[in-house]
Amino acid sequence: MSAPQPTPDLTRLPDAAGWFGPYGGSYIPETLAPACAQLAEEYARAASDPAFEEQLGALLRDYVGRPTPIQRADRLTAFVRDGAPAGRGAEIWLKREDLAHTGAHKINNTLGQALLARRMGKSRVIAETGAGQHGVASATAAAHLGLACDVYMGAEDARRQRLNVVRMRLLGARVVEVDAGSRTLKDATNEALRDWMGSVAHTHYIIGSVVGPHPFPMIVRDLQSVIGREARAQCLERLGRPPDAIVACVGGGSNAAGIFFPFIDDTGVRLIGVEAGGLGEAPGRHAAPLNFGTPGVLHGSLSYVMQDADGQTADVHSCSAGLDYPGVGPEHALWKDAGRVDYTRVTDDEALDAFSRLARLEGIIPALESAHAVAHAIDQARRMPAGAVVLVNLSGRGDKDVDEADRLLAERNTRG
Amino acid sequence: MSRVAEAFDRLRAEGRRGLAPFVVAGRPGLDRLGETLEALEGAGATMVELGVPFSDPIADGPVIAAAMHRALTDGGVRPHAILDAVAQARGRVTIPLVAMVSVSIVHRLGPAAFCRDAAAAGLDGLIVPDAPVDEAAPIRAEAAGAGLTFSHLVGPQTTGDRLARTVGASTGFVYLLARAGVTGERADAPDIAGRVAAIRTQTDLPVACGFGISTPEQVRAVVRHADAAIVGSALVRRIEDAILAGRDPVADAADAVADLARGLDPADG
Repeated sequence: MSAPQPTPDLTRLPDAAGWFGPYGGSYIPETLAPACAQLAEEYARAASDPAFEEQLGALLRDYVGRPTPIQRADRLTAFVRDGAPAGRGAEIWLKREDLAHTGAHKINNTLGQALLARRMGKSRVIAETGAGQHGVASATAAAHLGLACDVYMGAEDARRQRLNVVRMRLLGARVVEVDAGSRTLKDATNEALRDWMGSVAHTHYIIGSVVGPHPFPMIVRDLQSVIGREARAQCLERLGRPPDAIVACVGGGSNAAGIFFPFIDDTGVRLIGVEAGGLGEAPGRHAAPLNFGTPGVLHGSLSYVMQDADGQTADVHSCSAGLDYPGVGPEHALWKDAGRVDYTRVTDDEALDAFSRLARLEGIIPALESAHAVAHAIDQARRMPAGAVVLVNLSGRGDKDVDEADRLLAERNTRG
Repeated sequence: MSRVAEAFDRLRAEGRRGLAPFVVAGRPGLDRLGETLEALEGAGATMVELGVPFSDPIADGPVIAAAMHRALTDGGVRPHAILDAVAQARGRVTIPLVAMVSVSIVHRLGPAAFCRDAAAAGLDGLIVPDAPVDEAAPIRAEAAGAGLTFSHLVGPQTTGDRLARTVGASTGFVYLLARAGVTGERADAPDIAGRVAAIRTQTDLPVACGFGISTPEQVRAVVRHADAAIVGSALVRRIEDAILAGRDPVADAADAVADLARGLDPADG
């Protein structure tokens, strides 16, 4: 709600109160304000504590399997060049976050936050989850570090992502299915916040994306920035230069923030966030607040959001549970306004095509979320010179999506 | 002087304590708002908190969240329709009316326009439960300009400098959260003596206390320390039950408030 102001140095945000320019802040019930302040203080201490860095670094190396590789996608690149005009068709490279333990980038964040929970003396963690990847990653971190874990998941998402529900239970977490509202990620987030209001004394809420009140958008971005730091070093080593463009899908925006942030100062690198275009551009048919939304408050911060004229959160749709969310992280809102990142969208159908394409051409079944990034990268690469490089953040693997993708592909075939 | 200040001044002058029922606007329908407010006033309400339905009320428990959901989906209740209904109803009651409204709605409608329209409709104050002290400054300024009180919430862990700033930024009354967690009925009476005392070292404003207050006994325990008890979920549940059962929700609401008001009388029980 601040007045418009000149774009600040994008690498030094947020400010002490959690503002990314006019976005962010901390719009939360008073009950949660002391907990957020405690978290911000503990994070500041941890960030300057070599022991924390060492502990997290060891976990990421030995337990998660980092660094994840970057891989040139040769057959996908050949497919791109087949359909491109002469001299066009950039090389596509993949940052293989799908190879991280639990099969997605989400673990980078949950291990860091679980360590923070332990430092704060909290014995229980809770999480919201859409696709189930963050829930699995939270349950995994909790199991590994000896914390109790409850995961809130919309009932519709629990149906779509049954495999991950089973995984969370096997990992010892309690999965609480949420029947309210649209029974998806937004409603799971509401319930997790309600739990935290009553349990804040002994519970840490591991928010799964760069959303929520300060300091969550900052902490999650920092923890996910390992993706971009690795990718930058790997590109310099393998290509001798940064890539020409980086493409990542954006729901709440954590994998995108993680890979974009270390490249923010590399102004020659085009950064492209891909939102869920769903079934079309009409309200309720997509989940693309940076494409179609307006600034508003949802789940603790001011950012772009899909809402009606009264400020009521609007319904959204995506075939991908992880992108089926009406809000987006406040730093993305600033990056959009500042023109540093371009935000586009990819429909359900285009994402499904890319899902199948990557499976057949590279032997990688991507998460439906990540398939949105692959879809746009194919399109983008066709329009770029043959010597250029597009790096895609392949944020997760698609085992969780096989039933849903199978159903959607069959539905499409009968549709003709 | 605002109706909020007048109402609490009168309580203090008469050595009494107050009861502030919370109802969800649009439950029952907005066409019955005036009648509902009259019934609440008649049953002993000192002030009424009018909840503006929001799609994602994270501070509210299942009873209020469900009532808000029904108001939005069944009733299509919109903020400006609520303000129109308040304007119609305002002449029927003399007690102060304060709106509890999410920052998401205030931001979307614009703090200046919303505060202006709310005051013009006859509302007396605002509670914006998801705009804590640092975030609320722009809304507070507009509220003050429009002549609306602005009451911040004080939580169980709001202490020290934060307590001073939160209380210092409030006008009209301070809203003390009886406990952590979301709205909803609880079996026990909260122990608020120390926290009310801490607030009173910072301000002369009256203290109204809510969250989990559902019986006359709990009202009595709360007003031993606070100037007024706020009752939400217990009343909203009575109204919702009546609507679903086909009874008259206004009569049930009046009965519920009259029953709770027994807790204001030290001689009773």
